[in-house]
Amino acid sequence: MEALEALRMNKIVKSFGSLKALDQVDLTVAKGEIHCLLGENGAGKTTLMKILYGIHQQDEGEIYLNAKKVKISSPKEAITQGISMVFQHFMLIPNLSVMENIILGQEETKMGILADKESRNKVANLSEKLGLKVRLDMLVEDIPVGEKQRVEIIKALYRGAEIIILDEPTAVLTPQEVSELFKVLKTLKEDGKTIIIITHKLKETLAVADKVTVLRNGKNQGSITTDKATPEILAQMMVGRNVMLEVVKGKVEKGPVIFETKGLNLKDKLKNINLKIHAGEIVGIAGVEGNGQTELLETLIGLCSPTSGSIIFDQKDITKDSVEERLDQGLGFIPEDRNDRGLVNNFKLWQNAILGYQKRYEKKGLLDFAAITKASETIVKNYQVKVLGIDSKSSSLSGGNAQKLLVGRVFYHNPRVLIIAHPTRGVDVGAIEYLHKEILSMRSQGKAILLVSADLDEIRQLSDRIAVIYEGAITIEGDGGDFTEDELGLYMAGGLRPESKVVKA
Amino acid sequence: MKIIKKAANLLLRLALALIIAGIILFVSGYSPLKAYKAMIWGAIGNWNGIALSLVQATPLIFTGLAVAFANNCGVFNIGAEGQLYLGAMAAGVIGAYLPPLPHYLHLLLALLGGALFGGLWAAIAAWLKVKANANEVIMTIMLNSIGILFCSYLANYTFKASGPVAQTPEIKSTAVLSRLSTGTQLSSAIFLGLALIVLVWFVLYRTKFGYEIRIVGANPRAAATAGINVAQKITAALFISGTLAGLGGAGQVLGLHGRFIDGFSPGYGFDGIAVAILGGNSPIGVLFSALLFGLMRAGGMVLDRTTNIPVDFVLIIQAVIIVMVAAPELFKALKGGVKDVRTVVKQ
Ligand SMILES: Nc1ncnc2c1ncn2[C@@H]1O[C@H](COP(=O)(O)OP(=O)(O)OP(=O)(O)O)[C@@H](O)[C@H]1O
Ligand SMILES: [Mg+2]
Repeated sequence: MEALEALRMNKIVKSFGSLKALDQVDLTVAKGEIHCLLGENGAGKTTLMKILYGIHQQDEGEIYLNAKKVKISSPKEAITQGISMVFQHFMLIPNLSVMENIILGQEETKMGILADKESRNKVANLSEKLGLKVRLDMLVEDIPVGEKQRVEIIKALYRGAEIIILDEPTAVLTPQEVSELFKVLKTLKEDGKTIIIITHKLKETLAVADKVTVLRNGKNQGSITTDKATPEILAQMMVGRNVMLEVVKGKVEKGPVIFETKGLNLKDKLKNINLKIHAGEIVGIAGVEGNGQTELLETLIGLCSPTSGSIIFDQKDITKDSVEERLDQGLGFIPEDRNDRGLVNNFKLWQNAILGYQKRYEKKGLLDFAAITKASETIVKNYQVKVLGIDSKSSSLSGGNAQKLLVGRVFYHNPRVLIIAHPTRGVDVGAIEYLHKEILSMRSQGKAILLVSADLDEIRQLSDRIAVIYEGAITIEGDGGDFTEDELGLYMAGGLRPESKVVKA
Repeated sequence: MKIIKKAANLLLRLALALIIAGIILFVSGYSPLKAYKAMIWGAIGNWNGIALSLVQATPLIFTGLAVAFANNCGVFNIGAEGQLYLGAMAAGVIGAYLPPLPHYLHLLLALLGGALFGGLWAAIAAWLKVKANANEVIMTIMLNSIGILFCSYLANYTFKASGPVAQTPEIKSTAVLSRLSTGTQLSSAIFLGLALIVLVWFVLYRTKFGYEIRIVGANPRAAATAGINVAQKITAALFISGTLAGLGGAGQVLGLHGRFIDGFSPGYGFDGIAVAILGGNSPIGVLFSALLFGLMRAGGMVLDRTTNIPVDFVLIIQAVIIVMVAAPELFKALKGGVKDVRTVVKQ
């Protein structure tokens, strides 16, 4: 039986200035299908979806919903047409409750008065039917990312969405949360909803999607059903060459300990953290988001000071040093969320390329533009940041390209110790291959590297040693090869109590 | 392209404002065309009109620049009015009371005094924001009242010149900012303003200090992560902002009035907010929007003098223009900025 067509985008063209982001792109999605959009960073996935959601207008091409031609000129219109989009960067209002966020703009009223009960019942029904657990009375700022995402999905359904677009929904989720999300998506599918999902994770694509469409450089590279696809085939379609999906890690002689924490405590957030990182070593921190990673990172870089304990860098106690002093001594930092602490979005690329290192581009108080240009251009070139020029705003970068800029900035400035969180978040397979090679080459150069990542594959592939963080404490630590994926998952969920800790030297 | 679009949008809003104000005039029984003709003629019709417009624009260049500078660092300085008063008082006192000094030295000291006191007044708000996390908007508003009343007290009692008016004694000739042409009130304070436009532009866009200030304004959390001392930058930005406003006050005293006169400012500090925001917080933008506001003020004054339209209408016209032209940006500006220093760097 031929499935009904829910959506067809026909020969969509979209340019930003002189950059052709989409060139005659077709996309057909059947009703009740989970359709995955794949493509390199900057291929145009988000742009295509923003057109469907009415944020951008196409220059050319048509959109058909249920075989009827439509014009979508604003998100509001998209919503009335039954299209909702969940962005990678959540659009919730932090200081409103979950309930308020869900009904915002769609409040049920009775003769002009808010009918709280009705809305509440409706939301509760939705969340129960689909197994989307959310706490309606919590403030959004107090709930973890995974729950925020469920709130976004309920919000979309509450508005009566028939087509739900999810832009890289799994980038911020733990493996457990990912499989929960996929369960939800499959329930939605059975309910007859159509889902379009963007992701860079090929395994996930195969696990959840029915069909895949690949974009490359703003052009459609064709579609394939997942029963005929393998990760290798998909990678090949995306990048146009064979990609090494697994890194090959050489052996590196460990040097002396360069970076160390001794009994680090931070209120009730961090408990007695002892970490030792040698030169030429990668230590991976595995853990479910919200178990103290943020606090650990902020303490190490100097954004907050520990209640007790000390941080030693090259045998020097830096616990009391400011962020600036730590950066000066050669600490390199990639924050968890590039939009929050990493980049200044409406500033130009070059202004972002030197952020944190502006001192090095100062000549008698003035900015040395020649040096800045040279550095920015080198970073763009070496880290394959797809951008018109170094004067482009960094908000015009696609998600993955922004991440490459952030990583490039830190690596380029030659740190001695690297504290990196989610270095490949939102980055395409080809670029992940490259960034992983770079991280390993930093290791061979004798840098000490602390890697925090929600991606277990990444942690397992790169780390020489792995430490699991749970409720603010390191519950187990061992050599990278010591853990299977399942074991790690178990430890991360608190499956092992701190008192039974097995530490291998 | 973008600039053309922005300018077109601005002109459209300006036209709309004039139409709305025109309707109000018309409904009240006055001829809008006559009124506008009088305003435009008064503001740019002849050399005197142009001079008047420039005289009105001069303090706005300073206060606009002051507010814009702080905005670049994500702090909203509503207190330019109070800082202007403090600066004016300091310049007036130094100008009148210092023993005889060589000309430029005396002038320089009076200007520096004005800058310093304006700056310190703003720094109080900065200090409270950084130390006690007080909201700078509320702090600077309150410091406005305190500052203006304090200056009024000084002009009425401590430094009062003899006579019925609440004002300080005339400044010595060695502290005078010279007039540009006889017969007008235009003084070289406007050149000081122009020089500051260039200087502020240079500082903001060409120095590491300015780069850091603007990073703090755009994303304080990223700034802190990049090793920039956010609290220090906010303090510095508010201090400099106050200095600029203070210099504006000093300019009025040393170039125009020749002394501090109680209530000398018809709200230059507040107009500075609209000027800064309309100018997109860029120094060049401030120059143009200060000139526009100067024209409006001058036009309004002429309207008041030459027609029977009550002075209240002049204020209404100005208010409509401000609301139409600057309010949308104002709301945008209010929403951004460094709200809470503690969310940036945890203590
Ligand atoms: N507002 C904009 N202004 C200018 N260029 C833009 C804008 N938005 C996107 N682009 C450019 O269009 C291209 C496609 O961007 P898009 O965000 O759609 O990529 P993407 O496929 O979602 O990539 P990623 O996987 O990195 O998120 C990129 O080169 C990007 O720099
Ligand atoms: Mg994207």
